Amino acid sequence: MIQFSTWDILRNLLFAAEWTILLSLVAFVGGGALGLIVLFARTGRSTLLRRVSILYIELIQGTPLLMQLFLSFFGLALMGFDVPPWFAAGLSLTLWTSAFLAEIWRGCVEAIPRGQWEASSSLAMTYFEQMRHVVLPQALRIAVPPTVGFSVQVVKGTALTSIIGFVELSKAATMITNATFQPFLVYGLAALVYFALCWPLSKSSQILERKLNVAHRNH
Amino acid sequence: MSLIAITEVRKRFGDNEVLKGINLDVEAGEVVAIIGKSGSGKSTLLRCINGLETIDGGSIMVAGAHLAPDDAHLRALRLKVGMIFQSFNLFPHLTAGRNVMLSPMVVKKVSAKEAEAEARARMEQVGLGHKFDAYPDELSGGQQQRVAIARALAMQPLALLCDEITSALDPELVNEVLQVVGKLAGEGMTLMMVTHEMRFAREVCDRVVFMHQGRVHEIGPPAEVFANPKTPELQQFLGML
Repeated sequence: MIQFSTWDILRNLLFAAEWTILLSLVAFVGGGALGLIVLFARTGRSTLLRRVSILYIELIQGTPLLMQLFLSFFGLALMGFDVPPWFAAGLSLTLWTSAFLAEIWRGCVEAIPRGQWEASSSLAMTYFEQMRHVVLPQALRIAVPPTVGFSVQVVKGTALTSIIGFVELSKAATMITNATFQPFLVYGLAALVYFALCWPLSKSSQILERKLNVAHRNH
Repeated sequence: MSLIAITEVRKRFGDNEVLKGINLDVEAGEVVAIIGKSGSGKSTLLRCINGLETIDGGSIMVAGAHLAPDDAHLRALRLKVGMIFQSFNLFPHLTAGRNVMLSPMVVKKVSAKEAEAEARARMEQVGLGHKFDAYPDELSGGQQQRVAIARALAMQPLALLCDEITSALDPELVNEVLQVVGKLAGEGMTLMMVTHEMRFAREVCDRVVFMHQGRVHEIGPPAEVFANPKTPELQQFLGML
């Protein structure tokens, strides 16, 4: 039987952690872009778009991420699309992230006083011009801490994709455990790697929050 | 033809009819003060004129632009009338100068250089040329309101709507704003202002409109309205002050 040193285990976990990071980035960047579109639909003037975006957000927030992973992995396969695990994982995490970010950002947009909308309206700006030049620059400041904070959820959310066979940190930990029969050591190390990824994020969220609040100026 | 034509305008919030058929024509260059108790509909009327509120009946026309709820009509209307608010509503993330430059650049696609020249001229006009690079929170209330006036002027409106623009100011700051407005009136700008500054209304305005319970209750030149109020409501309103 092959012997695994602790270093062997850690090294393999770190290789797999690259996929966790990559998947998190894809989910965050893709989800952010899609979330911005959902945000515009959610806060815009069209009743139809508003309803569709509310339905989208509620469906995704109201169902477990695990079900969404199953649906995109097995569901798409049933419909005849052969999806590899990485695609299903990236797709569902992107959709999941977009719904939550859209809702977080909506709160920030709605925190901007009505007078800002009225003043920019009276200057003949359209909805997009108001968002682009008046509302979003102000909303961005309050959006940074909760957005960074949510990125922690995204990183941890990637662990679920191990279930559909995507080899990231959690899946690698399971595979190594099966070979080494040392679950406590392996999962413990995996948890530490997650912590090393998430802790700086939540810490920076706290720091940003304090910084943006102390500097109560708007520029 | 009048610059601003308000015909049989009705507006309700739920069961509460705030405007019950308003008729009012404002000529180019005219300065009109709207006075009345709170809840008489004067602010709502002003907000209807540039489409911040929708109307439930009647029509509003400003220099050929009709008030209609679609974006194209609203934009055309708002290019003709500017509005100044009680709470200034400057954009806090931009300097005073940038506040003035923003809309000409974004809406009218004026080049940055032209917009800056225009903004500097307008800031000079309201006596704040030296505050071009100051952020709104570095300015006093009176200065912020003057920037708001410069910002509205930079769009070269045909008329300005002033919604209680001195009500949020400390007493000692009221005059600097009124002076700017008085100067604009002298230069021939069409102004409709909701105001509690009776002395200013008496001295500067061509006509005074007294609103009561959603109707134009009394209207006339300030000398007449203030010296010989005909209705008991206006007598009471003026006596209360």
